[in-house]
Amino acid sequence: MKKLATMAVAAVMAASPVMADLVFPSLSYRTGPYAAGGIPFADGYADYFTLLNERDGGIGGVMTRVIECETGYNTEKGVECYESTKGEGSLVYQPLSTGITYQLIPKTAADGIPLHTMGYGRTSAANGKVFNNVFNYPANYWDGASIAVNHLLDENGGDISGKKIALVYHNSAYGKEPIRTLEELSGKHGFELTTIAVDHPGQEQKSQWLQIRRERPDYVVMWGWGVMNQVAIQEAANIRFPMENFIGNWWAGSENDVMPAGDAANGYKALAMHNVGTDFPIFADLQEHVIDAGKAAGNGDQVGTVLYNRGFYAAMLAAEAVKEAQAIHGVMDITPAMMRDGMEALSMTEERMASLGMANFGPAFSVSCENHGGSGEGKVQQWDAAAGQWNTITDWIASDQEVIQPLVMADSMAYAEENNVAMSCGG
Amino acid sequence: MFYREAGDFKTSYVDDSQTFPIAFDRWRYYVVLAFAFLVVPFIINDYWANAVVVPFLIYAIAAIGLNILTGYCGQVSLGTGGFMAVGAYACYKLMTAFPDISIVIHIILAGGVTAAVGVMFGLPSLRIKGFYLAVATLAAQFFLIWLFNRVGWFYNYSASGQINAPEREVFGVLVTGPNTAAWAQYMICLVFVVACAVVARNLTRGTQGRKWMAIRDMDIAAEIIGVNPLRAKLSAFAVSSFFIGISGALFFAVYLGAVEVGEAFGIQKSFLVLFMIIIGGLGSIFGSFAGAAFLVILPVVLKIVGADWLGWPTDLVAHFNLVIVGALIIFFLIKEPHGLAQLWRLAKEKLRLWPFPY
Repeated sequence: MKKLATMAVAAVMAASPVMADLVFPSLSYRTGPYAAGGIPFADGYADYFTLLNERDGGIGGVMTRVIECETGYNTEKGVECYESTKGEGSLVYQPLSTGITYQLIPKTAADGIPLHTMGYGRTSAANGKVFNNVFNYPANYWDGASIAVNHLLDENGGDISGKKIALVYHNSAYGKEPIRTLEELSGKHGFELTTIAVDHPGQEQKSQWLQIRRERPDYVVMWGWGVMNQVAIQEAANIRFPMENFIGNWWAGSENDVMPAGDAANGYKALAMHNVGTDFPIFADLQEHVIDAGKAAGNGDQVGTVLYNRGFYAAMLAAEAVKEAQAIHGVMDITPAMMRDGMEALSMTEERMASLGMANFGPAFSVSCENHGGSGEGKVQQWDAAAGQWNTITDWIASDQEVIQPLVMADSMAYAEENNVAMSCGG
Repeated sequence: MFYREAGDFKTSYVDDSQTFPIAFDRWRYYVVLAFAFLVVPFIINDYWANAVVVPFLIYAIAAIGLNILTGYCGQVSLGTGGFMAVGAYACYKLMTAFPDISIVIHIILAGGVTAAVGVMFGLPSLRIKGFYLAVATLAAQFFLIWLFNRVGWFYNYSASGQINAPEREVFGVLVTGPNTAAWAQYMICLVFVVACAVVARNLTRGTQGRKWMAIRDMDIAAEIIGVNPLRAKLSAFAVSSFFIGISGALFFAVYLGAVEVGEAFGIQKSFLVLFMIIIGGLGSIFGSFAGAAFLVILPVVLKIVGADWLGWPTDLVAHFNLVIVGALIIFFLIKEPHGLAQLWRLAKEKLRLWPFPY
């Protein structure tokens, strides 16, 4: 008991807010079945803030501080991490897990801390009227599903009626998200949709791919994460499914997913919400100030991979929102409430990205009180196994807002009714 | 010196058969209860409630439930996670279908639903034993998770298949939902834990408990002296599942608030609760608490020491956590196969003679 008492004192002391820094909690997972995806994201997220501290002296003269907390993709640990970091003046939470996001949506609303779920989480959070402090710009799952279908439309000259599309999905809240949109789209475009579930963690997919082999779909779309992606690509190669007809979402399109299958993965496609590689001026700064200085997070070997860039991009969007918040409120050491205002006022233009040394890194978009979802644009990237790199093969593809918007409204309104949420944005 | 029977005279049968026959134990018990009810609610904060105390209390209920089945009645079960899921989903369906009825009643009903499901999956125990029964309950685990993932009715057809606990009050105080105060969360769990522990303790030391133990020790002999194995085994499954259902309902409604069935109630949960009763001590109510405390608090303590005090990288701490917890489990099983409860029993024996051992 004595030990516990000292722990209590320590926890209270650790929880007292430290002033004059901008705190970005990183609920990362460097262990567990999804670590291969969690490590590069966490490294990229931390490295961007290190870069700002080293090169610019923080944001607006206030240093940034990243607190890392290991969740192992486990919701219980996620809750523990949230509770242990929220008292430190945390500005925005990015849990990189749809399961943890669902825990945090009501909790952050109660505590007044913004939540940014970039391309994951609850899709209908795009409706800012209901989800006042949840943001999922630049694009969400339903955009992703629509982008994949639009890409197929482009390839087939605008007509995919009668085609068979199979969705292979992670049997969890994350994987089930696109089903409703794809069902709507299948009605609209006349394709036939088959859904095939893969249970966590997805190491065994023989029966699913046997079903695909039997039903011979024209295209396979995948909503996977972690080890499931590698196995699926390997299985697809085993049944000689044509890789260029196999499209993963943006969580099923990293180097980790295609490397194990070797040459067989050549031609595999995936969605992308940002560009890949290190061919941007900011990476020179990163090399100089962070990597050569030995301050890179983790092993420092992930720079330029898809998920590293995504963490990097997430941190950049957070930092830009801080700048907006500082400009709006005229205060440098901002609070979570100010951060929320900054995120809502965020406008990423081509010029702005270029001035950061990240020209055309992500789509241009702006956030408003009603729309927390951004532009909903994405690209398609393709794996070149010989060169060992991803190449983006399309320009930004817009999603079908005609289909998505009513779904977002319906789902968010159902949430509002269930939980008695008052509408914001004056309406 | 303080810890002894001498001088504490029992003048009635009621006195003679009380739970804590030694005065010192009795007083300690009252002090712990008073501390838990009168002091902790005033000092608890969000972090302590959500990271340590509430999960500890909820796992303690689950461990008591499993201990009745495995520790007292000798039926190995790997279906705990599945039964917790039944409790959680029953509670969710009741909460959303009858919003005007008190959440306390819903939680108890959820326990009842789980008891019915438990009895159903307990039927094979009449024919098969030991490892084979473990496999049968394992089937329950996978079937139930599959069912809740598959059938939309259970999660009210939400897009993601998640269930979310709406806000509910007890005596005008919120106990579920994000705006719940830490003390309210704590108090509702505490009330259920104390009630469950008292019921379990009195069940296990009465006729029913003796029947269970007779079945555990030798079922043929028990049958010959007149214990009906059908009733004894199925009642153990029912009571055990009832407690596990309550813990599942609290786990979902009070602790997490949003649950995804495969992630929250997977096979790991079954093993976790099984480890709790093995480490704590099979066939002991105290052991259920000790095991739950050990496996809930230890990882948090290791994390605070490693990541917050020593500043080690978080992944290193997480890996160390697995190593240390694993090593301690092995250590305890070798040094004390009967669990923490047995250590406590030995300590009590020594205390009785202290300071003048023979």
